[in-house]
Amino acid sequence: MRFFGAKLIEKRIKSFNKRGKIALIPYITAFDPDKSATFEFLKYIAEAEPACIELGFPFSDPVADGPTIQKAVVRALKNNPSFEEYLELVSQFKKSFPDIPIVCMTYYNIIYRYGLERTISEAFTSGLDGFIIPDLPMEEAGPWLRVNKGRGLGTIFLAAPTSGLERIKKMARLSKGFLYYVSLTGITGARDKLPEDLTLRLKNIRSLIKIPLAVGFGISRQEHVKMLSPYADALIVGSALVSIIEKEGKKAGPALKEFLLTLKNANS
Amino acid sequence: MMYPDKRGYFGVYGGRFVPETLMPLLFELEKAYSEALKDRSFWKEWESLLKEYAGRPTPLYYAKNLSHYLGGHIKIYLKREDLLHTGAHKLNNTIGQVLLAKKIGKTRIIAETGAGQHGVATATACALLGLKCVVYMGAKDVERQALNVFRMRLLGAEVIPVESGTQTLKDAINEALRDWVTNVKDTFYVIGSVVGPHPYPRMVRDFQSIIGKETKKQILQKEKRLPDFVLACVGGGSNAMGIFYPFVKYPQVKLIGVEAAGHGLNTDHHSATLTAGEPGVLHGMLTYLLQDKVGQIKGAHSIAPGLDYPGVGPEHSFFKESGRAQYVAVTDDEALEAFQILSEKEGIIPALESAHAIAYLIKIAKDLPKGALVVVNLSGRGDKDVASVREYLEGKK
Repeated sequence: MRFFGAKLIEKRIKSFNKRGKIALIPYITAFDPDKSATFEFLKYIAEAEPACIELGFPFSDPVADGPTIQKAVVRALKNNPSFEEYLELVSQFKKSFPDIPIVCMTYYNIIYRYGLERTISEAFTSGLDGFIIPDLPMEEAGPWLRVNKGRGLGTIFLAAPTSGLERIKKMARLSKGFLYYVSLTGITGARDKLPEDLTLRLKNIRSLIKIPLAVGFGISRQEHVKMLSPYADALIVGSALVSIIEKEGKKAGPALKEFLLTLKNANS
Repeated sequence: MMYPDKRGYFGVYGGRFVPETLMPLLFELEKAYSEALKDRSFWKEWESLLKEYAGRPTPLYYAKNLSHYLGGHIKIYLKREDLLHTGAHKLNNTIGQVLLAKKIGKTRIIAETGAGQHGVATATACALLGLKCVVYMGAKDVERQALNVFRMRLLGAEVIPVESGTQTLKDAINEALRDWVTNVKDTFYVIGSVVGPHPYPRMVRDFQSIIGKETKKQILQKEKRLPDFVLACVGGGSNAMGIFYPFVKYPQVKLIGVEAAGHGLNTDHHSATLTAGEPGVLHGMLTYLLQDKVGQIKGAHSIAPGLDYPGVGPEHSFFKESGRAQYVAVTDDEALEAFQILSEKEGIIPALESAHAIAYLIKIAKDLPKGALVVVNLSGRGDKDVASVREYLEGKK
């Protein structure tokens, strides 16, 4: 039987964990620099065997993002992308790679505007497996969760260093697919160093929750992967990949794949 | 029913749509503010600073010449917020928020600014109360409002130009939010209008309501009755909410918010969010926005830099929907004409923002019933606009 949505994401992360392989979740912004390039990038990324792919839909006012992704959003928006085209892109990819889960990262206004029900029903048809919405904290997520109830799409909440363990427990219960732990107080972007107490925090959180714990923000180097892989079920890498696209443009595909393979080999 | 409700909603508008990192900070702020609400010494300090330092109460001035010029059948009063220290109503709010920040032990203040008025008012409050101040300002606005940038620096603030997006107010807010997400421990974000996540729209409304409270008292003294119409310009909507709010419970008082129609509502160059926008989520709130079909936020335009914002306070969205207030828009040209008329007839050079409210009054005056009592919130003075108006008028010739 074939899995989809939250189940597919969880199963795949767990299968990586079981085999002792590092579960990476690469992020890129769709339509940066254009639609066909994004499709090429996804194929190269797939060859590096990610645990899941996080594909951003650009929003004009990305408050959770640092300069690297902000610039990607500007490049992407030059194409005036619609959410329909985004779903087409996902469906095209899923035809060749049905086992690699794709989650959409976008801001709430895009989904609000498209319609909550419409977003979820069309996400299913296209093969999209879940959503990460950084400006939708759980207090505001009621309508979104109700529409998705019993339908199995991944609803991934972000937990932060300021959250406190009680909130994190609650978020983990509402999250389907994985829980996204934000490594630091700040915005997205590659960092030279990650906070020293991060591994301790991850250890505490992991003992409290049942679903896979993914950590993101700042992860950009082999040593980060080495430091974090014993303490998290999956690692999210975004800005480091996006800056490769910034530099290489449409021909960034092979470099993206190579970078991901380097990170995956951190422990060998 | 009191608004906002416990979740920060005015009807269906408002809320707290922010990254998780900020949620615990908003809870902390909400708690600190509800404690301050009960703390009489807090409000006493605020009131005494507004009186001794800032010059409250501001006069409610009977604009006899303007009343006469517009037909003589109506009586127009101007609430003179232009006479408040720093030249606009903004200081009512910044003194309140900076006092609150100090009370809860924050040492660093951040703020956004468009034209620079809120930035100047925040820098002023920080200088007065001894806190470090960082102001985010769109790079385009830094260029257009060089004098206000210098004023802020003179007041000891650090001004950071924002190069992202449209390089205007909305991007300055984005950047301030990013700063806040990063510096969660020592930093307090002083928002300049009735916008943003709960509890900001409520808090700013409370601080600005002093305008309407004074107006009510003053008009009852002078005219022995409430006004028939209260007009104010609406960008984010803080001066309008400030003068509207104490009149909300009197249905006989008609409340009119005047937005900026820029080059015209049929163009892409306006800031008439309530008149021409649609609901969506930006800067932590569900409210009317200027946006495209996909949900990307559009750039706003107005000759008045303080109205140049693609969102609006959620309580205004609520008033629009409930019908408690009416929202209309006037163009750049109409505002410019009003700017000149008020200067000539009354010897008061209004801020271009406030000129929008005057312009709408000029437009409808002849249709108002005889004896109508009208109050316009003159939210700021026009010194800051004199150079750009001159350029505009000379360019037109």
